[in-house]
Amino acid sequence: MAPRTLLQAEDIRRALTRIAYEIVESNKDDADLVLLGIPTRGVHLARRLAANLAGIGASVEAGALDVTMYRDDLRGRPTRRPSPTEIPAGGIDGKTVVLVDDVLMSGRTIRAALDALGDLGRPRIVRLAVLVDRGHRELPIRPDFVGKNVPTATSERINVRLEEIDAFEEVTIQ
Amino acid sequence: MRHLLSTAELTRDEALTILDTAEDMADVSDREVKKLPTLRGRTVVNLFFEDSTRTRISFEVAAKRLSADVINFSAKGSSVSKGESLKDTAQTLQAMGADGVVIRHGASGAPHTLAHAGWIDAGVVNAGDGTHEHPTQALLDAFTIRRRLHGAASRGRDLDGVAVTIVGDILHSRVARSNIWLLTLLGARVRLVAPATLLPVGIAGWPVETGYDLDAAVDAGPEVLMMLRVQGERMGDAFFPGEREYAREWGLHPERLARLPATTMVMHPGPMNRGLEISAAAADSPASTVLDQVANGVSVRMAVLYHLLAGDSRGSALRGEEEP
Repeated sequence: MAPRTLLQAEDIRRALTRIAYEIVESNKDDADLVLLGIPTRGVHLARRLAANLAGIGASVEAGALDVTMYRDDLRGRPTRRPSPTEIPAGGIDGKTVVLVDDVLMSGRTIRAALDALGDLGRPRIVRLAVLVDRGHRELPIRPDFVGKNVPTATSERINVRLEEIDAFEEVTIQ
Repeated sequence: MRHLLSTAELTRDEALTILDTAEDMADVSDREVKKLPTLRGRTVVNLFFEDSTRTRISFEVAAKRLSADVINFSAKGSSVSKGESLKDTAQTLQAMGADGVVIRHGASGAPHTLAHAGWIDAGVVNAGDGTHEHPTQALLDAFTIRRRLHGAASRGRDLDGVAVTIVGDILHSRVARSNIWLLTLLGARVRLVAPATLLPVGIAGWPVETGYDLDAAVDAGPEVLMMLRVQGERMGDAFFPGEREYAREWGLHPERLARLPATTMVMHPGPMNRGLEISAAAADSPASTVLDQVANGVSVRMAVLYHLLAGDSRGSALRGEEEP
């Protein structure tokens, strides 16, 4: 089947703008925000969200959280190459941490991310922002901020392309 | 990658993947909770038939930081002193369910036999075999060189054009052999400097230059000067007239240290014979990377254990078969 476009560059930009406002709104007591992107594309989404948030006056830092070493599916498949974890100098203790990923499906990556966070410190609140929620959850995990909800079949595949990595922007389903 | 027996069988991609993974492991060693759950439920056996402090402890710390269970086995005080063969020891470990075996043995090729004889299913890491290879030492040396040269921007870089001079007991040194294959694979230019009696026969086929004059090598100002330990315990015969002559002709004494460029790093795989191949002044100078090498050893061994034991060992990111 030919890929069908779900989001174009302008849609992605608008979704990230809206999510930035939703993050500010939910952050009622103006706590320090730390946006941690999950490699690979989550890291770039976190940076863009941080720029949007800084633009509307929020105090925010962005970083990256690699979850490879915490995955529950390491056995029985080729070893994955880990990516760097970059925690902002101020750490995450007592902060409001927003995890940022491109596509949410089973929730297992986020489970791994929560375990990884626990080894790095103790945030006050942890929230989850994703560009696309495609359903098929296997764990009791739910996103707080969603760019687009997409009902999918398990056999379908969502491809997120971002300018920083792929030189063009779109989200397609196939 | 199923086993790590020799740096000669690594591809450039595999070597760089291990070094890059070690960068991430080094970050773990800097944080408060120095532990990852990655190898929980796996058992790593340290099988040491030869004395070792830093390598055994380094592997033990590495395995524990990845949450593996570690069993230390040293030949002294074990059934080996009653004459048990390597095969019987291996089959005992197999019956106990070892997932990984880190072996040091006095006989060159013992890790290869252990990996390929069909006695065990475990992944095998060579932690030094006779005068053959010591691959994790070479990997940690390459990692240390890369970090000193490129700092935080080390990921993905090789050692293109870096001049490395290895000095001393090449003949008995498995460290030298592993380093020669790995450093040249990564693009470094390796030069050996040693007394003629401590250079192996058949060296002509190696991808290195050789020389006999340490003063000339020092004045050439290499980026890396690696001093090897004089391995007294492996020397049945006299390879040089005496310790004082060796220290004068082949040792890094303070006067030679002063002639080195400030940017040259002085490496030593340890344990050091202070006053013989390296003076205390050189070992303790800012140019010395000896303690960096020890710290980096843990990170590199974590990376090796991860790639050997975490996933399905029949394929791995080391082969470029990365998951999307």
